[in-house]
Amino acid sequence: MLSRAADNLYWLNRYVERAESMARILGVAHRMSMQSTHGGTRNDEWEAALIIAGCDKSFALHGGPATRRAVIDFLAFAPDNPSSIHACLKAGRENARAMRAQITSEAWESINAAWLEMRTFSIAKVEADGFNTFFDWVRERSQLFRGVAEGTMQRDDAYRFMRLGTLLERADSTARILDVKYHVLLPSAADIGGAVDYYQWGALLRSVSAFRIYRQIYRDSIRPLKVAELLVLREDFPRSLHACFAEIVSILQYLRESYRRDYPSVRLAESMLLKLRYDQIDTIFTGGLHEYLTNIIDSNIELGAAIARDFMQPN
Amino acid sequence: MTAFDEMDLGPATQSQSQSQTQSQGQGVRAPYRDYKRWLDAAPGDMLARRRQEADLLFRRLGITFAVYGEGGDTERLIPFDIVPRIIAAKEWKRLRRGLKQRVKALNAFLDDIYHKREILRAGTIPEDLILRNAAYVNHMRDVTIARQTYTHIAGIDLVRTAENEFYVLEDNCRTPSGVSYMLENREAMMRLFPDLFAQVRVAPVGHYPDALLQTLRESAPPNCEDEPTVALLTPGVYNSAYFEHVFLAEQMGIELVEGGDLTVKDDIVYMRTVGGLKRVDVLYRRLDDDFLDPRVFRKDSMIGVPGIFAAYKAGNITLSNAVGTGVADDKSIYPYVPDMVRFYLGEEPILANVPTYVLRRPDDLKYTLEHLPELVVKEVHGSGGYGMLVGPKSSTAEIEAFRAKIVAKPEAYIAQPTLALSTCPTFVESGIAPRHVDLRPFVLSGETMRVVPGGLTRVALREGSLVVNSSQGGGTKDTWVLEDDETPDNIAAGGDD
Repeated sequence: MLSRAADNLYWLNRYVERAESMARILGVAHRMSMQSTHGGTRNDEWEAALIIAGCDKSFALHGGPATRRAVIDFLAFAPDNPSSIHACLKAGRENARAMRAQITSEAWESINAAWLEMRTFSIAKVEADGFNTFFDWVRERSQLFRGVAEGTMQRDDAYRFMRLGTLLERADSTARILDVKYHVLLPSAADIGGAVDYYQWGALLRSVSAFRIYRQIYRDSIRPLKVAELLVLREDFPRSLHACFAEIVSILQYLRESYRRDYPSVRLAESMLLKLRYDQIDTIFTGGLHEYLTNIIDSNIELGAAIARDFMQPN
Repeated sequence: MTAFDEMDLGPATQSQSQSQTQSQGQGVRAPYRDYKRWLDAAPGDMLARRRQEADLLFRRLGITFAVYGEGGDTERLIPFDIVPRIIAAKEWKRLRRGLKQRVKALNAFLDDIYHKREILRAGTIPEDLILRNAAYVNHMRDVTIARQTYTHIAGIDLVRTAENEFYVLEDNCRTPSGVSYMLENREAMMRLFPDLFAQVRVAPVGHYPDALLQTLRESAPPNCEDEPTVALLTPGVYNSAYFEHVFLAEQMGIELVEGGDLTVKDDIVYMRTVGGLKRVDVLYRRLDDDFLDPRVFRKDSMIGVPGIFAAYKAGNITLSNAVGTGVADDKSIYPYVPDMVRFYLGEEPILANVPTYVLRRPDDLKYTLEHLPELVVKEVHGSGGYGMLVGPKSSTAEIEAFRAKIVAKPEAYIAQPTLALSTCPTFVESGIAPRHVDLRPFVLSGETMRVVPGGLTRVALREGSLVVNSSQGGGTKDTWVLEDDETPDNIAAGGDD
């Protein structure tokens, strides 16, 4: 497959996943802001959302306080914010349009329909109709797109690069959500185990669709250590870092076999997977969860660059 | 002007309001009979509802064409009319024979003028008309290409004026577009009117991509030893026909490449892939000659492939269509195509040209200047209907201004009578009404010649308008060639006739 096509498809899925992550981040911030039993100022949740999305600096340039409306508008609709849901769906659809020869018409129709409908939403409209309806819609469209691709596409390199895009973006998102919630919003020691804690961590779990899974696995009250273990180390939870890297590695190894080349990106991914497979949550906490997650986020960025060098840049 | 309506019999074309009732029981031309019967039995609001569905369908499929220079949203839907244009089996057979004959002659002509130049030596076509033509590519002189075939894909624009009168309006031998609309229109019609297709026997067109791929593979260059690798070269996402490039590459299962995806090493063309460089043998290029290779043609081309022309000359790649085909579809050459048919094939042309006055000839110039208000005058290097005068639609001032241009440089123009283009029933605001149409069939030339039944029908949606270009208010229709009982139309990819 063409290098340019691999690049486009990889980014197509990254954009769609990023739109979904954004909707998840906003959804949970919205939920938290409605049950603001915590001690912080009212805007805490919205500032956290900006930090997780990596948009706090660009938002600050716009000026104005981080109110619910302003943050949702910026993260969901601002056309000039390249990480907004609007911009992600638009860019994803543009990539898909350029790659119509590589994806199934069902997959194309799914992303195209999502973009066309996206254009009918605005901050005023979703404020009137309910924010959650919109966040759910974004999540569903992303899931639908992935599902259609999964259900219709040949298991060829096009599909593999799309999956890589999804997985790298998802790993990045999970790591950031956990890091920000844990590090930036960690309540004072006195609050641990209290109601605030319950809602904070419960919301975090909900943001990655893990609330019920947590209950089933741990059959315990919500504890930071276990939440972190679920999101980082459990291989059976699809948004965990371990699960993402397990699939990334298997795809990259497949590509290495089929092209019989030595790709540095494969080795990097393998070394990351090894850590996630053998590290234990207690030792991670001893060394500092924030440091651990920062390291993963940085490695993930380096992996993205290595994949680009190996497969997508002109030989 | 009385136009021939392809559905209704009868002396006069009805005004819009009457047409629906008048044609009900009587006077429907045979090819439209089954359709009309079906239409009359359908509920009154059916067409309106189906048109809405069609609109949604096309948006969902993303069938758009780009219009630039207007600002704002650059993607627009090309209007699609849900009433089919219907051609009888017998009519089509004659057209198909004529199309093949014409394209065969055009290919022979191109081979001749880049090699032996017999037609020039015979004096059939004035030498300077070819050799000083801007579309004549000197670099192609004595270049040997696979099968001596230059235009593998030709789009021949036809118009109809009466029951048995079809004319070739122009030949498109460079990078004719529109075939994706032919295919998508059919796809849409089959989704919208499945019951209709059960009642009327319409020759299928869906095998076009297959026929095209076969044609391209058969055109592999002399130095290709294995199964040829075919790719489609597009100028990129900003090209107005980009949708079509994507569509065809998808349908054929070949790579859609841009200039930057290709690289030339030792006169061999490769594409850059995730597994390294991969050799390309046949390039269906939808990029104009000028932009193809900055080392040979326009130096400022950023979308071309440096070195590809050298690879072409070395016999390591087939470019489809060949470089330099533009000289065959130039308006100044058009009047000579019937002579080419006689010269190369020794046959009488089956398809006639529109009578054309060549203004470099003194008699033709004199006649034209005396009859400007009745004539259409075209610039020979123009395209898209901009550099032209439509006499009957122009004011005296416009005619006089154009007269001055003609007198200053007569050889830059040809003139033709204003044709009474046929009309087809079309679903417009006021209901079903006649609108003018043309037809672009696509002729493929590989080891054999292939023509998929029908082609792209373009329709001028504005009442009375003769301009079918999509950039100027034109739309498209599905084109039905009916199958008769004797011989099912050629649907296999193999040759016929």
